[in-house]
Amino acid sequence: MLELAMGIMLGLLGLGAGCAMIAGIGPGIGEGNAVAKACEAIGRQPECKSDVTSTMIMGCAIAETTGLYGLIVAILLIFVAPGTFTGILKDAIK
Amino acid sequence: MTEKAAPEVDVKSAKFRRKDRLYLAMMILPILACIVLKVLFTPAGDGGVQISGAMIFLGENTSMTSLYISESQVNTWAVMISILGLCLYMTHGLSEKAVLKRQLAAEWIVEKCETLVKNNMGGFFREWAPFVAAIMGLSAFSSLICLVGLFSPTGDVNVTFGWAILVFFMIMYYKFRGGLWNYTKGLFSPIPVFAPMNLIGEFATPVSMAFRHYGNILSGAVISALIGSALTGLSKSLLGWLPGVLSDMPLLRVGLPAVLSVYFDVFSGVMQAFIFAMLTMLNVAGAVPWDDWNARRKKRNKPEIQNLVA
Repeated sequence: MLELAMGIMLGLLGLGAGCAMIAGIGPGIGEGNAVAKACEAIGRQPECKSDVTSTMIMGCAIAETTGLYGLIVAILLIFVAPGTFTGILKDAIK
Repeated sequence: MTEKAAPEVDVKSAKFRRKDRLYLAMMILPILACIVLKVLFTPAGDGGVQISGAMIFLGENTSMTSLYISESQVNTWAVMISILGLCLYMTHGLSEKAVLKRQLAAEWIVEKCETLVKNNMGGFFREWAPFVAAIMGLSAFSSLICLVGLFSPTGDVNVTFGWAILVFFMIMYYKFRGGLWNYTKGLFSPIPVFAPMNLIGEFATPVSMAFRHYGNILSGAVISALIGSALTGLSKSLLGWLPGVLSDMPLLRVGLPAVLSVYFDVFSGVMQAFIFAMLTMLNVAGAVPWDDWNARRKKRNKPEIQNLVA
């Protein structure tokens, strides 16, 4: 009984971590758009390349935040949650 | 001549060199001590790649919570002492003629930092340059410390959260400059229904700053560890037929992780340090309610403050 419960729990935790990383799609699209526009801007005005580049990198790093939230949830699910939930399961089944 | 000329420094004297060596030791010894401490405390393992948080050196279980001295704290202090040594070394023997090359480097850093602060925060905040430089340097060197095999303190959420809370208090200090009533009124704008959202927005700033820095460094560390373990497995299955001790050595791990480390450790770490400092500057400078503050100052017959962005 405990083994079955543990197996289901670990599998679902892995599945949840995988689902959490769907959050990576958003920043990917967003940063791609940002870089495309920056390239256009540099093509139009090559003399302001350094300004555009630094602003773009700054914006990219901020746009990454939502993806990082997903990543942190995934890391918590993989590395932290099993320890916590195993204790809860053992208490519940005993 | 009202200005007194600085005493000339004899850069060849024994006293100067002794001090120089002392500062250099101050830069290097803390890092070496951390490496020794890590080697002493790491339990014997199979030599595989492990993903783990900060090691705990000393622990104390109190009734409320657990107090620990962890690797991230020790490493942060080592980095702090090391940066102090670096600063002392670079400003040692300053003279008007710039006899030493390190003076030029120090002047360049100070000048860049002051320009950055002036351009992003305005003239009123020019005293903030040391703080911004300090937070940028501490963050960058904390991230780069993983190059010598130590745990990056910025890969621990507690460290970055501490910095973010510090910045949060500074933001709040400047927000309250416009008066408590004006601040409260701002929370209920444009309509009172937005109050909870505005309140969450206040607390979202430090949380997102902390998680952004922590997540970037940690994801780099996790990806490096995963690639390392994958390459170990690959070389075991591909090169297992080699004779003797060669079959146990993860030969495929030579090279590729180092190239990836240039991005994940060096570029990402320095980038995040810059972004953390940049967000600190923008958030603090953007938090000041200039009109309300100047109105309050006018009431008390104080001069108006103007923030000129150069």
